[in-house]
Amino acid sequence: MTEVVAEPNTPERTEQRLVVDELRKTYGAGVEAKTVLDGLSFDVRSGEFVCVVGPSGAGKTTLLKCLAGLLPPTSGTSYLDDTPIDGPPEKLALVFQEYTRSLMPWLTVAKNVTLPLVNKGVSKHEMRKRAEEALDAVGLTDVPGKYPWQLSGGMQQRVAIARALAYQPEVLLMDEPFASVDAQTRFELEDLALSVRERFGITVVLVTHDIDEAVYLADRVVVLGASPCQVREIIDVDLRGPRDQVETKAQRRFTELRSRVFELIRAR
Amino acid sequence: MRSVRRSESSALTRRLRSVAIEFWLPVLIVVLWWFASARADLVFYPPLAEIVQRFGEQWLSERFFTDVVPSLRNMLVGYAFSCLVGVGMGVVVAQVRVVRHAVEPLVHFLRSIPPVALVPLAILVLGFGADMKMVIIAFSAVFSTLIATLDGVRAADPLLGEVTKVYRISGRDRLFKVTLPAAAPQILGGLQVSLQIAFVVMITSEMLASTEGIGYLTILAQQTFAITDMWAGMLLLGVLGYLFNLLFTLAERRVLRWHIGMRAQATTR
Repeated sequence: MTEVVAEPNTPERTEQRLVVDELRKTYGAGVEAKTVLDGLSFDVRSGEFVCVVGPSGAGKTTLLKCLAGLLPPTSGTSYLDDTPIDGPPEKLALVFQEYTRSLMPWLTVAKNVTLPLVNKGVSKHEMRKRAEEALDAVGLTDVPGKYPWQLSGGMQQRVAIARALAYQPEVLLMDEPFASVDAQTRFELEDLALSVRERFGITVVLVTHDIDEAVYLADRVVVLGASPCQVREIIDVDLRGPRDQVETKAQRRFTELRSRVFELIRAR
Repeated sequence: MRSVRRSESSALTRRLRSVAIEFWLPVLIVVLWWFASARADLVFYPPLAEIVQRFGEQWLSERFFTDVVPSLRNMLVGYAFSCLVGVGMGVVVAQVRVVRHAVEPLVHFLRSIPPVALVPLAILVLGFGADMKMVIIAFSAVFSTLIATLDGVRAADPLLGEVTKVYRISGRDRLFKVTLPAAAPQILGGLQVSLQIAFVVMITSEMLASTEGIGYLTILAQQTFAITDMWAGMLLLGVLGYLFNLLFTLAERRVLRWHIGMRAQATTR
């Protein structure tokens, strides 16, 4: 079911899509200096769904901004397909937590989704096709002419995800994407994240402070400790069958993994 | 279906009512003016009926082409220039911190000089012609737009900056699809003030130094005791000012439809 499909003629090392190597980030200097990331290392394989979980204020967003090329690390490097990340990479998209602020309120849903494709050598026809496909994947086929602020919070975040998908990234970073929606919508969006990974075969790194969410979604969970943050442990999530909000969460293994992550986060 | 129709008809009623509320007072004032001035025999307050008659004779004749059109041309050219320079400079200055710190105090100093005070210098350097008026209109009007653009661009959500970086939206696309729309509500506020300033400076520059134009004819009428003509000039200026503002508001409503809709949404929720 969850076989890793390796493309033929692909060298072994591209298995590692994203490599984080001794990443360190310090804000300020001298006595004021505050170390947020304290030498993080982990890697993400092609097609994998990795959740980074840690307590609030641990520096998860800082980590994601470094990976997205928005923030230069103080030392250490991260690599996307063996290329050091020193600016926003072409094959990477980011879904922000604040959906109301990350969409352009002056553009319709369709225009928001295609905005990153303008003047990138994508034809009008191709643009429309990609927007349709992306909106279809997030279950929003009937609102392309609406404005984001006419939609509910959950639907706005779907638009933000569609925008990321239309960009056709290899790696999709998500920064607490479901933290500001209600519980029911949250479960729907979690399953949406799983289904788009399946449909588009992309690699996903999702940052969250919600342990259940991390265990439910991930193939592997990277557990971070409190600030200054280090990797506490990387846990393989060996759950049976396709993920299902009821069935998966009822498995004994799910409870065990959840407790394990919780203990790691709580440990001093 | 019926409820849709009912809401449509109630929207029409609402609209009519709001028009009525807006216009009853101006209409009442005009009516009172008309009858109160009709039989009065005051030198400085001629009957409104005469003013309207002179308005027709004075402005809806060849004067329209020799005086009204040049005035409006000077104003629109000057205003257009101030819009372009104000928005363009505002965007650049807002985005480069060093430039901003260097330029901002100067901008605030220059804008606090009353535009009329510059007319003597402008006459010396540029003479009495149309050039002088366009330049002084543009100079006076530019600052409101410039400062509003500066504030608008600077106040834009930094998250939008991160979105444009991640999705590598740059150059013209970033300017026209992100930076300017995000600052548009403030920019349009500045453009409206600039329009009013351009109008005022057009009139005063003609009153101070000109041989043609609406302002010139109005002040000339006053100086030659053609009081009814002076009133006709004032009436034209009032009507023009109102029309400019009306056109601007209509254009603004179109450009900022998203902003108005978003705000309405936020208050009803």
